[in-house]
Amino acid sequence: MKILVAVKRVIDYNVQVRVKEDGTGVVTENVKMSTNPPDDNAIEEAVKIKETGKAKEVVAVTIGEDKAQETVRKALAVGADKGIHVKVDGIIEPLAVSKILQKIVEKEKPDLVFMGKQAIDDDCNQTGQMLAALLNWPQATFASKIEVKEKSLEVTREVDEGLETIETNIPSIVTCDLRLNEPRYASLPNIMKAKKKPLEQINASDLGVDTKPRIEQIKVEEPPKRKAGIKVANVEELVQKLKNEAKVI
Amino acid sequence: MSVLLIAEHNNKELKPFTLNAITASSQIDEDLHVLVIGHSCETVAKSVSEVPNVKKVIHIDDVIYENYLAENFTPAVIKNSENYSHIVCSANTFGKNLMPRIAALLDTSQVSDIIKVISADTFLRPIYAGNAFATVKSTDKKKCITIRPTSFDPAPTDGGSAEIVKAEKGEALDITKFIKREEVKSDRPELGTARVVISGGRGMGSGDNFKLITAIADKLNAAIGASRAAVDAGYITNDHQVGQTGKVVVPDLYIAVGISGAIQHLAGMKESKIIVAINKDGEAPIFSVADYGLEADLFEALPQFLEELNKLNTIQT
Repeated sequence: MKILVAVKRVIDYNVQVRVKEDGTGVVTENVKMSTNPPDDNAIEEAVKIKETGKAKEVVAVTIGEDKAQETVRKALAVGADKGIHVKVDGIIEPLAVSKILQKIVEKEKPDLVFMGKQAIDDDCNQTGQMLAALLNWPQATFASKIEVKEKSLEVTREVDEGLETIETNIPSIVTCDLRLNEPRYASLPNIMKAKKKPLEQINASDLGVDTKPRIEQIKVEEPPKRKAGIKVANVEELVQKLKNEAKVI
Repeated sequence: MSVLLIAEHNNKELKPFTLNAITASSQIDEDLHVLVIGHSCETVAKSVSEVPNVKKVIHIDDVIYENYLAENFTPAVIKNSENYSHIVCSANTFGKNLMPRIAALLDTSQVSDIIKVISADTFLRPIYAGNAFATVKSTDKKKCITIRPTSFDPAPTDGGSAEIVKAEKGEALDITKFIKREEVKSDRPELGTARVVISGGRGMGSGDNFKLITAIADKLNAAIGASRAAVDAGYITNDHQVGQTGKVVVPDLYIAVGISGAIQHLAGMKESKIIVAINKDGEAPIFSVADYGLEADLFEALPQFLEELNKLNTIQT
């Protein structure tokens, strides 16, 4: 079995994002970038499945500018066998990403495709479901547990009401929740070894996919700021404030 | 122009957030039709027809829709989408799972999680965990939109009498099988709609200690929330998680206990009207969004808080 994992390079989750003064976006210059956190869970899960012997190969794919390769190198350093970088500059929307991934799936013929359930930059939560639609594959979204059976997956999904379990035929798409596993760190020797693993580069324009944005970003602004609050000295004061000032209890 | 809203329900009752989505949809266009897909869900179709903003209800009933699988819902929605300019759904786990599958097949770039309708093609949506707001304009002919329910008021539930039209089922995709759903039943208000929410974080130290929170929630008729750290640690189940990848809440009063206030948690609660933070670390980022901050050991503060609340006799329920 072969598993394809899609990873995205985003502003690190610990960075306090700042909006550009001209309203065209957020500041990305000199800002720490990392792999989208749930994409790390997706890679970890694929590598774990390979370690049990149920998968033979893990391929990591990323789409973006040259620097996006860092995320593939990181995936290779924690156990992926091969990397693919689809080069494209500028913003591409989840619909275009899923069309590119569809081409990669046709080429690589994986049995499973994993990715994070949501990217923490645009917060769209679309790509996995869109790819599943384009391939006419089942989708197991927001996965917190995956069990690989002979011809299917049993997946526990985190939903608003609690947990849901579904069984999807293989081939299948899975989008991963942060609670799926604990991603490992890459050791220095493995980072060195990863440099020797194959990383194929493809130009998005060669795939025949229209990546032109359909959504015009008119402006990006700071959200309204909350008025600074106060510190209260003790519980008594807190309750008095909530009752008499805020009038919420 | 007309809008097709996909209702979320449990085959018996309409989920309350569909009412918020109805409000958002009727701001896009007044010609609002609601699609009720499910199994033996006549009561749901009827209750939707009584919502005054709804002009027509399309009801598709079949056993293949019993467990709301996106693989089966999608062909049914697509089959009925032809005459609509907008397909809309709530941005909760139901809509997040379903809408992109529809959008991809309609070759539409979805606009996720909108918090404001600026015009029929322009919307406001949070990005980067709500640290920036983007105004976006969709250029697709048919638009697929998910709305953040807590950003819109619920529509009134009675007074309307829209016609209910039955429609034929769509193709069944036999590639996904529902196995089980583990719902946590509770008599408390729902987290998403509660007037008061009290949440615990890693500082609670154990699942057992959440009883301190439960006691106050009982007193205030509050819903119980949690940070991701508390859920990850196994103190409480995932349906309580508030934040960027959990639920977004906007109660009148949000009480954060033992929560440091990571960006990802703030994304889920910083629009609350009044925020209280109780934390022993005076430098915790949660204090930067709190209207009232109490720097204290929660194991002392929570019992005192309950005691003070018991002294008041005007608690609203």
